[in-house]
Amino acid sequence: MNNYKVLIGLEMHCEISETNSKVFSAAANNYSDIPNSNVRPIDMAFPGILPVVNKEAVRKALMASIILNCKQPEYIYFERKNYYYPDLPKGFQITQETKPAPVGIYGHLDYECDGEMKTVRINNLHLEEDAAATEHLPSGSLINYNRAGVPLLELVTEPDIHSADEAVAFLETMRSIYQYAGISEADSKKGQIRCDVNVSIMDKDKDETNPDNWGIKVEIKNVNSFGGVRDAINYEIKRQLELKEDGKYDEMPQQTRRWDEESGTTIFMRGKVDAIDYKYFTEPNIPKYKVKKEWLLEIEKDIPRLAHERKEEYINNYGISSYDAGVLVKEKAISDFFEETIKLGADAKSASNWITTNLLGALNKAELTISQAKMTPNHLAELIKMVKDKEISSQQAKGVFTESLNTGKSPKEIASEKGLKQITDDKEIEKVVGEVLDENPNVIEQYKNGKTNMVNYLVGQVMKKTGGKANPGLARDIMAKEIEKR
Amino acid sequence: MSYMNKGLKELHTLLKEGKVTSEELIKEALEKSHKLQKECNAFVTILDEAKEMPITDNILSGIPYGIKDNYSTKGILSTGSSNTFKDYVPFFTATAIKNLEKAGAVAVNKTVLDEFGMGGTGTTGHTGVVRNPWDKTKMCAGSSAGSAAAVAAGVYPYATGTDTGDSMRKPAAYCGIVGYKPTYGMISRYGMFPFASSLDHCGVLTRSVEDAAIVTDNMKGIDKNDMTTWNSENIHLLEALTGNVKGKKLCYIKELCDINNYPNASEELKEHLANFNKTLDLCTKIGMDVTEVSVDSTLLNASPSVYVVISCAEATSNMSNLTGFIFGPRGEGDSWDTSMKNYRTKGFSPLIKRRFVIGSYVLQAANKDRYFHNAQRVRRLLVDKWKELFKTYDAVILPVSTGPAKDLEGSKNILDQNESILEEHLQIGNYGGFPSITIPNGFVNNLPVGVNITGNCYDDENVLNIAYALEKEMPYKNQIAKERAYE
Repeated sequence: MNNYKVLIGLEMHCEISETNSKVFSAAANNYSDIPNSNVRPIDMAFPGILPVVNKEAVRKALMASIILNCKQPEYIYFERKNYYYPDLPKGFQITQETKPAPVGIYGHLDYECDGEMKTVRINNLHLEEDAAATEHLPSGSLINYNRAGVPLLELVTEPDIHSADEAVAFLETMRSIYQYAGISEADSKKGQIRCDVNVSIMDKDKDETNPDNWGIKVEIKNVNSFGGVRDAINYEIKRQLELKEDGKYDEMPQQTRRWDEESGTTIFMRGKVDAIDYKYFTEPNIPKYKVKKEWLLEIEKDIPRLAHERKEEYINNYGISSYDAGVLVKEKAISDFFEETIKLGADAKSASNWITTNLLGALNKAELTISQAKMTPNHLAELIKMVKDKEISSQQAKGVFTESLNTGKSPKEIASEKGLKQITDDKEIEKVVGEVLDENPNVIEQYKNGKTNMVNYLVGQVMKKTGGKANPGLARDIMAKEIEKR
Repeated sequence: MSYMNKGLKELHTLLKEGKVTSEELIKEALEKSHKLQKECNAFVTILDEAKEMPITDNILSGIPYGIKDNYSTKGILSTGSSNTFKDYVPFFTATAIKNLEKAGAVAVNKTVLDEFGMGGTGTTGHTGVVRNPWDKTKMCAGSSAGSAAAVAAGVYPYATGTDTGDSMRKPAAYCGIVGYKPTYGMISRYGMFPFASSLDHCGVLTRSVEDAAIVTDNMKGIDKNDMTTWNSENIHLLEALTGNVKGKKLCYIKELCDINNYPNASEELKEHLANFNKTLDLCTKIGMDVTEVSVDSTLLNASPSVYVVISCAEATSNMSNLTGFIFGPRGEGDSWDTSMKNYRTKGFSPLIKRRFVIGSYVLQAANKDRYFHNAQRVRRLLVDKWKELFKTYDAVILPVSTGPAKDLEGSKNILDQNESILEEHLQIGNYGGFPSITIPNGFVNNLPVGVNITGNCYDDENVLNIAYALEKEMPYKNQIAKERAYE
């Protein structure tokens, strides 16, 4: 390994989930609805159908293009990619090619991996339609056309990535961008993210910027989770290094392989000579569409705050640690939860502590996402206020939090149900302190004889008598005063 | 009393005055349909259940018409004259037909075409050969063969057509009627079975320019389902027919019209071109300037190949949806690819398969630049040349075809190389999406011949008005095919 370096390029497909309708069809963009319920004639390629471009999908694609520092085209064109497969009823996919230019070309993105900043060059970003979803059963295959025509963004990087860790860190950054920019949920569990990975190895001492020095490109198709990307890359590096060591690397043909999750291996699909000729040509039913400068400026202005911007804000404005801020912005839904809680008046640091330690821990344990949690930002803000106002103790608050998380009840409701109100009334505590002292003359004597730590025992008795409701600080102060009077 | 041989305005007046009813017109059109079906085989479906429509102020209301069978009609068999669609009943109606329905028009039949519009003879539909009502041994040309035959035979005043190369404008000439293809995007193509999307146009076959204007005024309009449509609200074709063409400038192309270019010219061709020259004289007579222009014959002669390359390339992709799974009769086979292969192999005629092979070949990475990209370049050159002509001239006027309708038998006579561009030049109107109209301009060997007028995009009003003025000077308006059997 020491003599070689790995070059990795990624093709990341991400469904644009945040549009009302599909990219060239008026059907609803909601793949997870009842199968084949979101289907228009175009999605099943009935004769005479024509594509109509969804402007919102183009807008979101251009937004991604701007975020990725790509060049945007003067005109939007679409191309036909012709091939047969049962999940592609038209017999072609409407997509974009590099000539004429797609929604984005020649950009770059900075991302962080293990605390180090890296840069990946983006070759291009294009907007296309997804195919129908197929499920192969022993008795036959099922096709769900809900997915046919769902807008899809395909991002193609240059081979600027050097390890599986970097690849995953880059993909996580991209996922965060898609989520924060309101482009996609980018949920790989819903099949919204799919990757093809190119892996090759080259001599370490050679110049990486010269493609002549690159190794033999192996493309791995259909890796559908980030974990899969990591495993597939590591497997492929190992496989190629072994070929190097055996002196067989140079005999390896350029090829396409498939990631087989079950065996954890990559499997040969086809060589370069068998590459499919997609017979691209410009889609004649979509007139070229002028991208006005003003429109691009408008889209740029509309880009929401992204993760790294929010993180800086949390550190600078709220004094939250870099580590905690990083945890808060990792998922947009969590960051939104945090911001919502603050907006309701909660102290930012307390909110951050509750979320990073208690909330995320509990969700992790229960294998739930924050959107599935029964607790709302309202609840958390209320809880934080109750502690601040000394209505309940921090100790009590933990119990209330757990209960609220499990039941979705408001902290106030829980506290009153359990009678958890803290006693902060001096007179009431004085009364209990008096009772405790009356019942423990021996202890008072011990105290007077120098065993001053017996106060702790007496305060404990006060807490016991009040069922834990007395404010402990207050109880201690009053006890110290009252015992002197005896 | 016969009504279906009349023009639309006259029929509308009769309906309004209560001298005839929509029901009576439909009855007559259906009777004539059945009669013509026996003689010429023009229809895939005759809609015996057609219902009368209330008479409104719309000229089309209550009047029967025919629909080329490559328009989707909800609940009505729509075959594209192909075995692959022999039982296809759409669940939505093409926008152009919907617009006619809204006008109150009554469809009485679906007409035969060359399979999916991919032919120029009217002989390749799955229901058999369409015969020319002027002479049963002659072809109608295609692909709108059934529509042209039916309108010429007086079944009704008009039928819809489609035109990718000359599919309305040549059958119109062979059948002695009017064929009009408006500017690309004026009529929505939504629901029309595509052949080559960048060349496909919807349009109409009628017996007068006036009727072509009336029908198109009703068929056209922007459609949210077709991005290539444009707003034509301000275009009023019927109102544009003033007949005043004084000072209009026409040009014709020497390389196509000069008999000296055809050393082996037949008597028919000589007569046809002589007749064309008489038409030019009429143009001069009514005050138009007619000029001979020259276009590089190398460029002109490249046109037929350009057409083959582009139309076949787009067709092979457009018809990739024909798999027999979602619609059409499913092919036999255990796997999806065998089943699809069987469906396509059995379903398509050899001509179509040949076109698919060509289309696929010219798009292959190794051939794309040499064939497909070059064809697109030449297409652009031809369009630019025509646009240059339109800077000076209102329209280009040219003879249609090399003569009248050809024999059905022995129609495979190989065309003289020099004559092929004369036979096919109308496709340049499809390259540029230009408005283009064919009207009858006489007879050669007792069979009708036609002349074509083509203008610049969006200049439909001007083109139609020129045709209208010229039509007035000739006795062919509303002519019905001579064999009186259909009267």
